[in-house]
Amino acid sequence: MHLRLDPITCDGHGVCAELFPERIELDDWGYPIVDASPIPERMLADARRAVFACPVLALKLVEEELAVTARPTGSRR
Amino acid sequence: MTATTLDPGDTNAGETTAPVGLPRLLRDTATALDDHIAQHGPLPRSAAGVLIDEVDAAGLRGRGGASFPTATKLRAVAAGRRAVVVANGCEGEPASTKDALLLTRAPHLVLDGLALAAMAVRARQAIVATERVRGDVMDALARAISERAARGIDPVPVRLVGVPPRYLAGEESALVHFLDNGEAKPTNVPPRPFERGVHGRPTLVQNVETLAQIALIARHGAEWFRTLGTESEPGSALFTVSGGVATPGVYEAAFNTRVTALLDAAGGTPAPLSAVLVGGYFGAWVAASRLDGVRLGNESLRDVGAALGCGVVVAMPASVCGLREAARVTRYLAEESAGQCGPCVHGLAAVAAAMDALARGRHDRHTTHLLGRWTGQIAGRGACRHPDGAVRFVRSALEVFADEIAWHEQGRCSATETTRLLPVPSSAVRDGQWR
Amino acid sequence: MSVLAASSGSALWYLARATGMTALVLLTVSVVLGIVTSVRWSAPRWPRFVVEYVHRDVTLVVLALIVLHVATVVIDGFAPIGWLAGVVPFASPYRPIWLGLGALAFDLLLAIAVTSWLRHRIGFRTWRFVHWFAYGSWAVTVVHGLGTGTDTGQTWALFVYGACLVAVVAAVWWRLSVGWEHNPALRTAILGATFVLPLALFAWMRVGPLGSNWARRSGTPASVLAKAHRSQVTTSSDANGTTGSSGSQPGTDGGNGGDDGFGGFDR
Repeated sequence: MHLRLDPITCDGHGVCAELFPERIELDDWGYPIVDASPIPERMLADARRAVFACPVLALKLVEEELAVTARPTGSRR
Repeated sequence: MTATTLDPGDTNAGETTAPVGLPRLLRDTATALDDHIAQHGPLPRSAAGVLIDEVDAAGLRGRGGASFPTATKLRAVAAGRRAVVVANGCEGEPASTKDALLLTRAPHLVLDGLALAAMAVRARQAIVATERVRGDVMDALARAISERAARGIDPVPVRLVGVPPRYLAGEESALVHFLDNGEAKPTNVPPRPFERGVHGRPTLVQNVETLAQIALIARHGAEWFRTLGTESEPGSALFTVSGGVATPGVYEAAFNTRVTALLDAAGGTPAPLSAVLVGGYFGAWVAASRLDGVRLGNESLRDVGAALGCGVVVAMPASVCGLREAARVTRYLAEESAGQCGPCVHGLAAVAAAMDALARGRHDRHTTHLLGRWTGQIAGRGACRHPDGAVRFVRSALEVFADEIAWHEQGRCSATETTRLLPVPSSAVRDGQWR
Repeated sequence: MSVLAASSGSALWYLARATGMTALVLLTVSVVLGIVTSVRWSAPRWPRFVVEYVHRDVTLVVLALIVLHVATVVIDGFAPIGWLAGVVPFASPYRPIWLGLGALAFDLLLAIAVTSWLRHRIGFRTWRFVHWFAYGSWAVTVVHGLGTGTDTGQTWALFVYGACLVAVVAAVWWRLSVGWEHNPALRTAILGATFVLPLALFAWMRVGPLGSNWARRSGTPASVLAKAHRSQVTTSSDANGTTGSSGSQPGTDGGNGGDDGFGGFDR
C-alpha cells in the first residue's frame, strides 16, 4: 500500500503530517511532502488515521504506485 | 525520387515527390487546398493499423515538449472506443513560434495529420485548438477547415476551438479540461487523456507539428522519414531560434544537428554568447562554454542537463544580463501557475521573489541556499509538470549565471545593454482569465 | 402511590431537561470546534488532529444525550409524546412545531454523523454539503429548546442560551475574518445573518416563549394543560399563579410564561 496525495484538493491543513510524521512532512508553506514508498504492515494503522483525518480527503491509500509518480525530490529535513 | 503511397490501390494517388533532405515541413507554400494537393497529393487512406505501424517504424516522437513516442499514444487511444483527436496548436510558450508558422503556412498538412490520426483511432470527434487571441492562426485554420468540409475530405468534421492565452492552456490535461468545461487548468493524472479525456472518451492530444510529420510519413513512408536524423532520434523538427542571432525565426533541422550549426543557419551570432536556453521556459540553460559538440537530440542534451522540449533555442549574448532575464521569466512562470496546488503557487512565488533579489543584488548567501531548498521541495509535487519545468529553468540559470550572481552581490553587472530578450506576454494579453 | 408516581415522573422530567440542555451546550461546543478546524487554529498542546477528534467525539456524546433526552421524555409519559416523535418532525400532538424542531435537529445531526462516518465512500463534496447543515441543526435546537423547554423562562436558562449564541456568533466572525475570497457576497450575507438572525430570535422570544400563555399557544394539548391546572390548584393558593419559591410554578403569569404548566413538579 502507498500513500497518494491529490495536490489540487490538498489545501495545506497539515493534519496528515501530525498523525503520520514518519512518512509525511510539511514544506515551507505548510503543504505535505508525501513519501510514496510502500508502507509496512505495522504502520498501516497510522497511515489510515492520517488518510481519514484529512479535512478535504486529499490523501488516499492505494494498492499500486503509479508508474510515473510525482516523486518529491530534495531536502526532507 | 518518387515516393510510395500507403494505398497502392488508390488510383488518384498519382506520384508526389518526397522531399530530399530539408526542408520538409517548411517546404510547404500551399495554404489553399488545391495547391496543397498539387504539392503533396491527396490524403492517403489506409487500414487503421497500417498508419500506426508506419509511424512506429518511423520512430516519430511528439513535438509539443515531452517527446513522447507518437505510435504508443496512437495505439493506446485506438484501443478505446469513441475516441477524440485534438490538434494542439496552443503554443503557450512565448519564445516559440513554430506552431503558429506551421498553421498559417501549411494548415492542410496539419489537418491531414489530424484526419489520418482520426482514421487510425476511429475517432468520432476532431478538434483543432489554438490561442483565441491569435487571429491570423484562427483565420487560416477556419479557411482551411471550410475548404476541406466543402470537399468532404475529413473523415470526421473538424471543430476549431480558441483557448485563453495562458502558458498552461496547451498542457495536455488543461486542454482537455477546457474542452470539457471551459476552464484551461491542468487536472490530476491518472487518468491520462488517452485513457479518459474529453467527455470521458479516449483522447489523442497531439502537437500540430507532430501531426504534420504524420501527414508526410503517411505519404512517403517510415524509411523516408529516417533518412534524416539518427537511428535513435530519426527525422527532423522545427526550431524557433531567437535572441542574439542575425536572423531569428523558425528553422527546420535534422535531429542531432549541432546547436552551433543551427545558430549559424540563423545568421550566426554576431556577438559572443554567455549561454543558450534550450527547450523553452520549462527547459534549461546551457553555458556557451559547453556548447561545442552539443547536438539537437535528447541524448546529447541530457549530458548538459537539457532536453529538446518544444524546440526553442534562445541565444543569450554576453552583453545582456542573463540573470535579470531569468528572473523576469521566473516571475512570469510564477504568475502563470494555475493556482491549484500549494507547492506551485507558494513555491514559485517564493522562488520568483528570490530570483528578483538575486538580480537586484539584494541578497545574501541565505538566498541561494533557500532557492536550492525550495526548488527541491516543489519539483514533482504539482498536478502538472509546471513547477518541474520552472525548477529546471531556475536551477540551470543558477548554475550557468553563478558568476553573474556573485557580481550582482557586489553591485556590479556584466551586461552592457538593457534589452529584454526573452519575450514575456503582458498581463493585458493574458487577460487573467482561465476560461 | 400517586406521590411515588409523581416523584419518579419528576425525576425523569428533570433528566429530560438536563440532557436537553447539556446536549445543546455540547452541540455548541461541537459547532465552535468545527469552526476552529476550518480556521486552522492549533496550539502546542492542541494539534489540529486533536481539535478534529474532540469535535467528532463531542458530537457523538451529543447524539447519545439526545437519545437519552428523547427516552426520558417518552418514558416519563406526562406529555403524550411517542418514540416516533423523536425522529419524525412534527409528529407529536404535544407542541408539534416546537417539539418537531427537536426531531428535525436530531435528524440533521444523524445525517451529518452518518455521512462523516462514510466520508471516504461518498466523496468530499457530498460530505461537505451535508455538513453545512450543522449550523441549521444547532439553530433549530436553540429554537426547539426555547419553544418547548420547561426552563425557558428561567434566568439561568436564558443565560445558557445566550452564551451558546454568543459562542457561535463569535466563532462565525472568527471564520469570516480569516478570509472568504471565493465569494465576498456570501461573506457579507453571512455577516448580516449574524446580526439579523439573533435579532429575529429575540423578537420571537418576546412574543413567543416569554410572552403570555405560551403553553397554550405553542400547542400543549388540552389534557396536559388540564393536568397542570389541577396540580396548580393543589399547590398554589393564588389563582393568578404568582410564582412560589422555586422556579417551577405553573406559568400562567406573564414573566415566566415560558413555563408550560408542568411547573407543578413538586406535586
